[in-house]
Amino acid sequence: MANGTGTLETPFERRNPLARKLKIRLDEDQLTNCMRCGFCLPACPTFRETGIEAESPRGRIALMKAVADGLMPPDEAFEQQMNHCLGCRACEPACPADVKYGQLIEQARDAIEDHTDTHRWWIKPIRRTVFKSLFPHPKRMRLLGGALKLYQRSGLQTAARKTGVMKLFPEHLRDMERILPDSSGQGVIRRIGDRHPAKGQPIAKVGLFRGCLMDVLFTDTNVHTVDLLTEAGFEVFIPDSQTCCGALHAHSGEAEGARKLARSNVRAFREAGVDYIVSNAGGCGAILKEYDHLLHEDGEWREDAAWFAGRVFDISDLLVKFGRVPAFDRKADGEPVRITYQDSCHLRNVMRSSDAPRRLMRQVPGAEFVEMAEADRCCGSAGIYNLTQPEMAGQILEHKMEHANATGARVLLTSNPGCLLQMKLGVQRHGDPGKMQVAHVVDFLHERMGGR
Amino acid sequence: MEAERADGAGLPSDYGSLTEPVKRELRAVVGDNHFKDDMQTRVTHSYDGTPMLQALPDGVVYPGSTEEVAGVMRILSRHRIPLVSRGSGTNLCGGTVPVQGGIVMVMHRMNKIVEVDLENLTATVQPGLNTKQFIAHVESLGLFYPPDPSSMAVSTIGGNIAECSGGLRGLKYGTTKDYVLGLTAVLASGEVIRTGGKLMKDVAGYDLTKLLVGSEGTLAVITEATLKLIPPPKFKKTLLAMYKDIYGAARTVSKIIEHRIIPATLEFLDNPTIRVVDDFAKLGLPLDMEAILLIEQDGDPETVERDIAVIERVCRGENAERVEVAASEEEALKLLTARRSAFTALARLRPTTILEDATVPRSKIADMVLAINRIAEKHRVNICTFGHAGDGNLHPTATTDARDPEEVHRVEAAFEEIFEAAIALGGTITGEHGVGMVKAPFLEWKVGPAGIEMMRGIKRAFDPQGLLNPGKMFAKSARRRVVIDRG
Repeated sequence: MANGTGTLETPFERRNPLARKLKIRLDEDQLTNCMRCGFCLPACPTFRETGIEAESPRGRIALMKAVADGLMPPDEAFEQQMNHCLGCRACEPACPADVKYGQLIEQARDAIEDHTDTHRWWIKPIRRTVFKSLFPHPKRMRLLGGALKLYQRSGLQTAARKTGVMKLFPEHLRDMERILPDSSGQGVIRRIGDRHPAKGQPIAKVGLFRGCLMDVLFTDTNVHTVDLLTEAGFEVFIPDSQTCCGALHAHSGEAEGARKLARSNVRAFREAGVDYIVSNAGGCGAILKEYDHLLHEDGEWREDAAWFAGRVFDISDLLVKFGRVPAFDRKADGEPVRITYQDSCHLRNVMRSSDAPRRLMRQVPGAEFVEMAEADRCCGSAGIYNLTQPEMAGQILEHKMEHANATGARVLLTSNPGCLLQMKLGVQRHGDPGKMQVAHVVDFLHERMGGR
Repeated sequence: MEAERADGAGLPSDYGSLTEPVKRELRAVVGDNHFKDDMQTRVTHSYDGTPMLQALPDGVVYPGSTEEVAGVMRILSRHRIPLVSRGSGTNLCGGTVPVQGGIVMVMHRMNKIVEVDLENLTATVQPGLNTKQFIAHVESLGLFYPPDPSSMAVSTIGGNIAECSGGLRGLKYGTTKDYVLGLTAVLASGEVIRTGGKLMKDVAGYDLTKLLVGSEGTLAVITEATLKLIPPPKFKKTLLAMYKDIYGAARTVSKIIEHRIIPATLEFLDNPTIRVVDDFAKLGLPLDMEAILLIEQDGDPETVERDIAVIERVCRGENAERVEVAASEEEALKLLTARRSAFTALARLRPTTILEDATVPRSKIADMVLAINRIAEKHRVNICTFGHAGDGNLHPTATTDARDPEEVHRVEAAFEEIFEAAIALGGTITGEHGVGMVKAPFLEWKVGPAGIEMMRGIKRAFDPQGLLNPGKMFAKSARRRVVIDRG
């Protein structure tokens, strides 16, 4: 019958250090808050794909609670189930009881990461590179960007593809290599500088969060973000001492790494004295907005983190809420174009912004906005999920592309680099790259701003 | 964790165990992928939407057809292993918690719409079909299936039938039982029966269709259903009325009906709920109101306009402090917000939310609400009441913390008194959630010893071995009636 939460150590905990750690890490209040109403089930992509209770948020929370209560050991199946969650957090807006599922899954993964040795062979090196050696170091990111640029433009890419070297990699990594955009070794500051005055009467001073991957692979989007902001009346400053947002760390059980990055970013923007912090990547923006939670146990940083979290906005939201949205033009050739939009899960479910990007897209003359069925559902990118869980990610993407193709849109827009790459992959695998273009909302709007 | 093996239906409860040879037999019927007995699967089928109840099944089976269900049932019957069939597990009465272990049968794979018959206006569906998907499909064909339980985005048609789900439209359109025309069901022996059909009239023998609707999986496993569809209303209009006097609100409900008007929706919020909802949704509701009524009428535009005008007059005649009629769809949505956010607002107050559904004749609503508030105060527990005033179906909702046994005990004591009060007013212990485990000890209060014995007889006729959803509906011993404080 009902299993109380005793404080005594259970037999599992004595034998299993992971069980002990999970019991300490998992927030007991949040586990109790789940009343098992099941309202999260239809919102969950992995439940929808499989129809299996264990693949749902309610199921995963029940498993966490069973482990914390000593009802079952945290075995390999448990670890796999925790890693099978996309972390899209679509369950959170669906939850009547406001259970912080995102925090629970991060706590579970954090405990698991300290103990696991069950990753598939390519996952360990990916994790090490991504979390420790690369993302936290903007200079290395730019160097990597430069190397990638060299690879892409020197003929090496063509050679690699021709010689079949790429065949040595798992198929999904090969696919990823194919859809990477042309890289830049520069980043936005080297391209256009760090200070940009507002056009007209300044509304506020905005600090741009440039992102790490974003700044290397999508430098243009960052440049366009600055243009849009200044045009809309914001003064823009890009602190050079900012670093990676730490989202991938937090979602993958590297909480300490995430906290370290958060402190650097809080310092960078607090010192810059900005009114708002703007992000153009839903995945980054969401964790920035949760720095208050990330650092809530850090007495020294708690207050600054709350200051920071309260000022974070996505570019679309900031433009719509506070900006002077510029008038957009028709395309030069006057041809009307049908566009559609794939929500970024973290922009929608964590930053709770789904209306602003749509409102901006609808304001563009000559662009017919068509809502894609289930645009609010994860595309399967989910940070590095498409690299670590290629089967499920592929299945979700296939279903996503059925809806995307049904819109008949020429341009599919997104608000996050991960989603953008995943949708490109989708068009390549299940669509027609000649007929459907994938772009960031910012780039599309910038193009329609004309030559200003 | 191991539950005591016993049964309240007066049936044998010396169940067989799920041995490896039995598992092999089950796999042979449903396929290797569709039988699971790993710990992860067992834990995630040990609960439903009911707070504080959990029991592990020994295995979980996912059948794909009526034949597979029959095959599974034949095996289980031969080995005397109990079975709990379920959809999404959202019920609030412990109806699908496998208290006697055995097999949980999840119907999710059987989720097809077999047919929509436009000539007879019926739909034939499998039980694992999601309610909301079904409603959306029916609406896309220009038709209407009215039962709309709050869990419909999650729940399945099979679950709705087993629990006879209600919803907001019950007053005018009835509940699930009014829309089930025929069933295919597998008996405990593995035999298949077909009841009813695409028939608006059918008096061939006992009405087994109606008997199976709301039988909570204790009589048979439903594997297909033929449902009645109706043409949708053309137009609807929404009105919100607020009262300082709860009796004024209650009289409004009766007066509207006296005027020969049956609204599509007639919902109610009491003062504690108004406070919680306003705090959550910041709607600027006047906190000194004792009751809010949300009323919706649908039908032909002229009729709806005329009805709403009469309803508005009735509200004012009963001294409503404020009456707002929505001029547009958007405004209607705004008025609906207070009622729609009631459950969410309550669920966020405390970790554990216990939602009950005591029901009284609609003329007794005010008395019932006041009795609930008095009982809550007496036991020092927080109970907010909202619900379907038009059909007398109230949802007194307690917010508590499962980790505080002393408080939970007081909540349970309060609910006992609430059930007693409902029955004293000519009502029932449950209007739409079902008996399950939670209300089994109180069933006799409502139906009497002879009624219980009759129900036990029906159970024995369908399921002599006591295999189907044991431990539900019938308690080992009925709860002694509390002496109610009528102060």
